[in-house]
Amino acid sequence: MEKPFLFRKEKLAGFKTWRNKISELTKKEAPEGLMRSCSKCQTMIEGILFEKASHVCPHCGHHESIDAYTRIRLWTDPHSFSEWDKKPAAVNPLNFPDYPAKLASNREKTQLYEAVVCGSAKIMNQPCVVCVMDNRFMMASMGSIVGEKITQAIERATRKNLPLILCATSGGARMQEGIYSLMQMAKTSAALAKHHEKGLLYISFLTHPTTGGVTASFASLGDIILAEPKALIGFAGQRVIESTIRQTLPEGFQSAEFQLAHGFVDAIVQRQDQRETLGRILAMHGGKR
Amino acid sequence: MNVNERLERLTQLKTEIKNAIDQSETTVFETLTNEQKTIRESLFLTADAWTKVQIARYAGRPNALYYIQAMFTDVFELHGDRQSGEDAAMFGALGRFLGVPVTILAQRKGSNLQENLACNFGMNTPEGYRKALRLMKQAEKFKRPIITFVDTPGAYPGISAEEKGQGEAIARNLMEMARLNVPIVTIVIGEGGSGGALALSVCDSLIMLEHAVYSILSPEGFATILYKDASRASEAAATMKLTAQDLHRNGFADHMITEPIEGIHLAPEKVVASLTQLVREELIRHRKLTPTALVAKRYQRLRTFGKDSL
Repeated sequence: MEKPFLFRKEKLAGFKTWRNKISELTKKEAPEGLMRSCSKCQTMIEGILFEKASHVCPHCGHHESIDAYTRIRLWTDPHSFSEWDKKPAAVNPLNFPDYPAKLASNREKTQLYEAVVCGSAKIMNQPCVVCVMDNRFMMASMGSIVGEKITQAIERATRKNLPLILCATSGGARMQEGIYSLMQMAKTSAALAKHHEKGLLYISFLTHPTTGGVTASFASLGDIILAEPKALIGFAGQRVIESTIRQTLPEGFQSAEFQLAHGFVDAIVQRQDQRETLGRILAMHGGKR
Repeated sequence: MNVNERLERLTQLKTEIKNAIDQSETTVFETLTNEQKTIRESLFLTADAWTKVQIARYAGRPNALYYIQAMFTDVFELHGDRQSGEDAAMFGALGRFLGVPVTILAQRKGSNLQENLACNFGMNTPEGYRKALRLMKQAEKFKRPIITFVDTPGAYPGISAEEKGQGEAIARNLMEMARLNVPIVTIVIGEGGSGGALALSVCDSLIMLEHAVYSILSPEGFATILYKDASRASEAAATMKLTAQDLHRNGFADHMITEPIEGIHLAPEKVVASLTQLVREELIRHRKLTPTALVAKRYQRLRTFGKDSL
């Protein structure tokens, strides 16, 4: 008599902690009624208004950085996203001191396993593979796990004949993993070659900031490359360039608008229009209208 | 003595020892050979990672053009990316390797300041990477194997390089090299710096000389980012696992070529002989594969990095 009762009690307790954790998470994401200020023009805005405007300041149009799940919510059809590889993993090929601790504290802080979230979803009712990087996690730098998750996502898209949408943001290759991080650039690019050869669509979406090894690999290889307004996009870091050429860089250097003017971005898309734009492009590549 | 001075001292010692022999001065000969032995040991036998980085960067070390004239015949240089320009730091040519036509690509470093200014210290611009890609596609059309020589501190960080899409140029090479259906052999002869080196290193077989290095970033840059202190470069080098020995152990390099104990700058012909032999074997091995099998094998090679991380 007692055993099933205890079992049930245990299960309920587990459910309770899970529920508390979830409500904590949602609390963090949606500060109801709270006022917040735009990080650019400092205007105070009501939290709810700000969220309704897709985290774009209604006064100055500044696109505030958003986390991966918020981006996925903005882009994909409700409840259509199903995440892959939700498991903790850790590597430390150089035995770099403090790296495991740093990974752990980033996990704690962001509730993410790594700097990219991958899965399948529907955008305006069209199935696709979506990968979104999140720069709260170690500047979304690319180490083995980020590279492997993206590669596996590309491979799944290739296998299932699905278009791929990859939202990039990154400080570049992750230094702490040395040459292993560097090789992720070649690995992800090679996986894209196969996706490309199958005649499948890849949309690369660049957000603030996209730099270094990510710019020099998958982020620059989209059939169509879109960018968010004012996003910093470039290969070499600005301080590195300044110290090499010994002069200050012009205003707007490496901005999304700069990349558009130099022919490396197809279009700049406001956050409010992104879902619809992606849907329209998908529809023109064999998706449903 | 710092590493450069020691390497130069080895060159002087070679003539001084020869003179001592000619003049039958036994005691002088003994002191000199002892000094030579100590320097050789400190540089080539017990060197730490930072010493190896400096050996790899040594200006007197044979550069790509040396190997090209020694290993190939009938070399005919080709220029330009057919889009916007020419990059002197990216050498491209047709040539014969043991009689077989091949396409040669090499990052060019100078051996003195004047030469280095002419080839931008081996730092490539987008034009260079696009020129390399053009010549690799040409090699595929004519079914020629491709041999690349890597020796660069990294891709050039400058305003015009950014305006011309340095990131895109490197990315395109990574993707296209992964699907070229002719064999690609890469030889790292000195410094393999970051994405700028990777853009010539997507290959079927990667060969590293014993005192070459390959890394995600220069040790100075690594120290600046992670320790906030560029002067801790030697510590960074030790952490980064960037030596040929490290990279051969972890599978990044398929082969490592031993350098002569007297220093590669004093006996480069010894390296040329073993390099020629190894490249020959690698080309024979890879030419046996069908184009599909070749590309599949290259993909598997790249796929191993970080495969167990998830």
